[in-house]
Amino acid sequence: MARKGREISERSMDPAAQAILIRADMLGIETAFTRAEQMVPCNIGSGKSGMCCKNCFMGPCRITKDGQTGICGATLETIAARNLARAIASGAAAHSDHGRDLAFTLEAVARGEAPGYAIRDVAKLWDVAARVDIPTEGRTTNDVALDVARKALGEFGQQRGELTYLKSAPKKRYELWKKLDLSPRGIDREIVDTMHRTHIGDDQDPVHILKGAIRTAIGDGWGGSMWATDISDILFGTPSPKVSQVNLGVLKTDEVNILVHGHEPTLSEMIVAAVQDPELIDYAKSKGAAGICLAGICCTANEVMMRQGIPSAGNFLHQELAIITGAVEAMVVDVQCIMQALPNVAENFHTKVVTTSPKVKITGALHMEFDEHHAMEVAKDIVRLAIDNYQNRGEVMIPDITEDVVPGFSHEYLNYMLGGNYRGSFRPLNDAIMSGRIRGAAAIVGCNNPKVTQDKEHIDITAELLKNDVLVVQTGCGAIAAGKYGMLLGEAAMDMAGPGLREVCEAVGIPPVLHMGSCVDNSRILTVLTQMATEGGLGEDVSDLPAVGIAPEWMSEKALSIGTYAAATGAYVLFGVESPYEFSEEVSDLISEGWEDMMGGKMEFVADPKEIVRRSLDHIDKKRAELKLPVYDPHKYGKSGDYPLRDYLDLPIEEQQAMLYGVPA
Amino acid sequence: MSRYIASRAIRGAHLLVNEADDLLRQTIAEVGSDAPVAFPNTAYYLPTINGMMGVQVETLGQLEPVLKHARDLLHPIPSDCRWMPYLGETLDSGMATLFAAEAIEAVRFVRGDEPQRIPGFHMTGGSFTSPDAGANGSGGNGYLNGPIDDVQLRSWGIALVDGRMPGFAAIVGAAKSNEVAVKIVRELQRRNILIFLSGNVNGRSIIHQLQEEGVEMGYDTYIVPFGLDTLSAIYALGFATRSALTFGGLKAGQAREILLYNRARVFAFVLALGEIDDLKYAAAAGAINYGFPVIADTVIPQILPTGVTQHEHVVSQPFNTIPGKDDLERAEKLVQKAIETRGVKIKLTEVPVPVPYGSAFEGEVVRKKDMRVEFGGKYSRAFEYLRLLPMEEVEDGKIEVIGPDFSEVEEGGAMDLGILIEVAGRKMQTDFEPVLERQVHYFVNGASGVQHIGQRDIAWIRISKAAADKGFTLEHFGKILHARFHGEFGAIVDKVQVKVITDPALHAEWLEKARDAYNERNERMGSLKDDAVDEFYTCTLCQSFAPTHVCIVSPERLGLCGAYNWLDCKASYEINPTGPNQPILLGDTVDPVKGYWTGTNDVAVKNSQGTVHEVAMYSIMENPMTACGCFECIVMLIPEANGVMVVSREDTSMTPAGMTFSTLAGMAGGGLQTPGVMGVGKYYLTSPKFISADGGFKRVVWMSSVLKKTMAEEFQAVAEREGEPDLIDRIADETVCTDVDGLMAWMEEHEHPALFMDPIF
Repeated sequence: MARKGREISERSMDPAAQAILIRADMLGIETAFTRAEQMVPCNIGSGKSGMCCKNCFMGPCRITKDGQTGICGATLETIAARNLARAIASGAAAHSDHGRDLAFTLEAVARGEAPGYAIRDVAKLWDVAARVDIPTEGRTTNDVALDVARKALGEFGQQRGELTYLKSAPKKRYELWKKLDLSPRGIDREIVDTMHRTHIGDDQDPVHILKGAIRTAIGDGWGGSMWATDISDILFGTPSPKVSQVNLGVLKTDEVNILVHGHEPTLSEMIVAAVQDPELIDYAKSKGAAGICLAGICCTANEVMMRQGIPSAGNFLHQELAIITGAVEAMVVDVQCIMQALPNVAENFHTKVVTTSPKVKITGALHMEFDEHHAMEVAKDIVRLAIDNYQNRGEVMIPDITEDVVPGFSHEYLNYMLGGNYRGSFRPLNDAIMSGRIRGAAAIVGCNNPKVTQDKEHIDITAELLKNDVLVVQTGCGAIAAGKYGMLLGEAAMDMAGPGLREVCEAVGIPPVLHMGSCVDNSRILTVLTQMATEGGLGEDVSDLPAVGIAPEWMSEKALSIGTYAAATGAYVLFGVESPYEFSEEVSDLISEGWEDMMGGKMEFVADPKEIVRRSLDHIDKKRAELKLPVYDPHKYGKSGDYPLRDYLDLPIEEQQAMLYGVPA
Repeated sequence: MSRYIASRAIRGAHLLVNEADDLLRQTIAEVGSDAPVAFPNTAYYLPTINGMMGVQVETLGQLEPVLKHARDLLHPIPSDCRWMPYLGETLDSGMATLFAAEAIEAVRFVRGDEPQRIPGFHMTGGSFTSPDAGANGSGGNGYLNGPIDDVQLRSWGIALVDGRMPGFAAIVGAAKSNEVAVKIVRELQRRNILIFLSGNVNGRSIIHQLQEEGVEMGYDTYIVPFGLDTLSAIYALGFATRSALTFGGLKAGQAREILLYNRARVFAFVLALGEIDDLKYAAAAGAINYGFPVIADTVIPQILPTGVTQHEHVVSQPFNTIPGKDDLERAEKLVQKAIETRGVKIKLTEVPVPVPYGSAFEGEVVRKKDMRVEFGGKYSRAFEYLRLLPMEEVEDGKIEVIGPDFSEVEEGGAMDLGILIEVAGRKMQTDFEPVLERQVHYFVNGASGVQHIGQRDIAWIRISKAAADKGFTLEHFGKILHARFHGEFGAIVDKVQVKVITDPALHAEWLEKARDAYNERNERMGSLKDDAVDEFYTCTLCQSFAPTHVCIVSPERLGLCGAYNWLDCKASYEINPTGPNQPILLGDTVDPVKGYWTGTNDVAVKNSQGTVHEVAMYSIMENPMTACGCFECIVMLIPEANGVMVVSREDTSMTPAGMTFSTLAGMAGGGLQTPGVMGVGKYYLTSPKFISADGGFKRVVWMSSVLKKTMAEEFQAVAEREGEPDLIDRIADETVCTDVDGLMAWMEEHEHPALFMDPIF
């Protein structure tokens, strides 16, 4: 829990957040930070000193002693496994439903029923069609798109067989899933299956319960999430690097500020278009504003940042803080990770909180329901609402803090950046790992959690791994955290990365931390891992790779689903904060060594970031040794790049010429 | 990349694409967009553009979409801060540079500005290559080479694949001094690495440097001067592209495969000498796409992580910082570093002679006026004879010169010479004597300033004044042979001793003995028939280049490159039991006429990775043997004539098939099985088994005149064997007709026997 009376600097390491937290204190406004300090989490629910089962109303049953069972006889292990399974099912449902909505949008676009949308990345559509065996030759884009949309929708409701994307995994992995009966039959079916088997009086064997949960999670990562990513790319373009900014300083004092918050790109992309409408810009000017400023929060921010370069005002814990600047005319939200506190915070200011999803209404917020058939109209209405609200703005305080970022590393771009149009491949990355220039790779993902100092776990772990020549990829709120501290810039390679990693970053021109998208885009990481495993030299399965996944500040159920599908794909996944299942040693062991024996990947909960780093490096070195790669040696590399020559290149041209052939050693 | 290199390369690419656009627009305005565009003597159009884009450019106008594609590949220059990734972008710009460079060179050919000229320059060699360029040592006309033609590419093919020629060095710029320039090329020559020269630094090129120092440049010395500007380095990549198309069985447009083929199989690197400008950086980025690293002798940023290339991408080895006692030693180390960076493994046999030594000197000509002494030819008699002796009779390393040295002979004079090589070895067999003896030609020729022609008792050796001045004596023939036989044939030869005989009495005596041995061998070879042996041999030597081709070598059908006959393969198998020449147990005879055995069919399937199912040893019409690309001639069906034509790779003229050798080669090579087309070694033409299932040699209705001339005696014997003694005169050639109508008229006029044979199909 967050300690009562902690210093501002213990709440967040972000100076912009600190400035607003001081303001909030002065204005007497509560935030998640202060509420966390007031909240004493249930010791049993948090898994610290017991386990709680609320799956029927004979209880709730609290198990606090070894050997104790629930009223129905459920053991500690069964309850712990069921609780984890249900969390996974919920997380998988959230991600996958996001994918379903995108499939509906694609279907509507293909039918010409979604004005304003278009298929922006035909190449990706063709690529996806090929992967799911939809013929393309001689067909129109819309025909193919319709088939792809239907194929995707079919995967949700599919009852038998297996999901099509499973075959994209390394062959060994695909076969392992089949052998272990872990191949999801349909995305929705596995979620229902988990909900069913965790109902009172069903599946009561922890190993078996969690097998069902793994299948559900794979249906998320290799199903719903992957479809969400792919269809988003088809509709809005596959991301490639661009310069943008993050943090609260992106808000403008003299413009209409609109924030999009949540997860789906569908509405936010329309708002991106609407704010560029000259008519609306003129309208904003007519209301005394210099223009319209659009920025994002949370994963919607990631979606529009990596595709359109729209800045991000911050990550999960910034949602209230942004409103407290007093400068936000409208915060438009869709789904997931939207705090109910928003309308309450907004009451202190002129900010309108607008809910848009048919699934999400929040008491006190304005609901302007959005559907893809009338997207542009709704988007324009929302922008107009914000403009009209500009005149109600009171005193504002926008911290003058932003950092530049270079986001947008889709796996397609990774492939391109390592060889161009003609020679694109993962070879240079694999080579770098094999030689030991790069010790290994880490995916640092996940949320903010007010139980710990905002961003600090993310940044401490990332910084330490970079120093150790570990290449980091990030998604979601973790990625935005890295962005705030300059880690998503090519420059970061020069002063934050170890010598070998710096050399590789300089060769390619990349930041040492690659922003790969929103949290649903963890599916991109699955694809990257697969490509690394199949490129050659690093084994033949994801579990052979010297790589780890880390969620240092996790809080959502989606994080548990992500961790589970990553582990099921062969990754070692470390969660920070603390373990909700700590009280059950058996389940803790099961998801760690048990899963490792079964699938080569595992999940562990480790509160201490230093320990997370230690375990990560140990794991990476162990995998290197198993691959018979050279032992990592930080002193071996770092001789290339512009940096050793900076002095020479700074000389006047005549002097450069004079020492063209070098000065003899 | 480094950001510095990326910035300069991308800037260079922009400049060049603009230049190409301007030049093209201007030239189209002058001569029209239909004006034909071509490089001389190639069937691959503009090879880089053809290979990468699959576009066959034949007119100026067709270059417009090419340049548009090049422009699409350009990217902005990375900014000083908040930069975007630049590796992929720079590599793309590199490709754009190559397209633009090739387009410009093509336009320059249209304008008559290519090949470039240097007053007083002339290339070496009596080679048949690039006749259109008019270079070829016809002396002093001042033309540089321009692009390498297909013929030369193919004739180097076998050397490239059997490791004699490990790869090529594209040298761009000018060395620190003339002395360094010479040393660098000598070091490369010593390792048999092809040397392509282009570019300049402030107007001065390594071509000037070598010219001033009297270094012979031309195909024969492995030094090919492309041109004085950086642009001409594109010819190196055109050569690389064509290697993949010619030997790799790849098709135009398979860009990625062609590039990966080069990365894996063509051991080439760029040596950037002197200051590097934007355009050189841009061209280097193009070369890196092929997996060719760049080594600079100046201070530039390095790109050491691997990936696009197998080892480092860009290495800076500032010349003055290379440890060494003088510039010559530094030059040597620079070459070593370059070779190491490309990861080429080179087996270097140290040959203790006072002149430079290496295959690159094999083609060197010693002209009469430069000659100190000659052995054989018109005025004297020279022979070489290698024989197997029992172990105890050979003292390894013993070299005797029996008789006077040539110091007594006047300058330019001649004297008799016999070279007797006596070898011993547990695995050595009498059968291998001729195999080893034939190597004397290559081994002796490797010495700079020594020329060797012929074999047996028609050997003809010249020593240049320069070599004699450096101290080359008769004893050195022995040293060379001792070192090389150990180096190349160590697996079968344990001891080698050499007697160099000039003493007249002994010379006469050994000449007699040698002639007896030659006759005996001839008889043995004559009795060596396909049906007298139980096994044939595979030759998969070329699979490093042509992964699906396998030669099946029988006593009566030698390898298509002409370099490996059945005995060679047998010896090679002894030398290296896991090597490219494996015995094929014939198994059951399926069809003795067409030449099918279960054993040969199995091998064909296995070694072609399943692309070929059956091979007929004696037919061109049914499942003919495939070819890599190194064939000496192409045999092709002329249906109207009821026979076949034979085109020599030295023949650049049109043929009755409506295609030149180069174009035909595309159908015959790359491991493809095309009934009616076959690439063969020229001596197979004289075999009784030459397309014997289809009617044999009498089917030959047309043949390149160069073959008729150079093999007149052999063909005459064949004609007599076939019962048509005047057959050769009734075979047409390019001097009488290059089309089917002409051929038919000739055949009727000369009553060619093919007209009266059964239909060939």
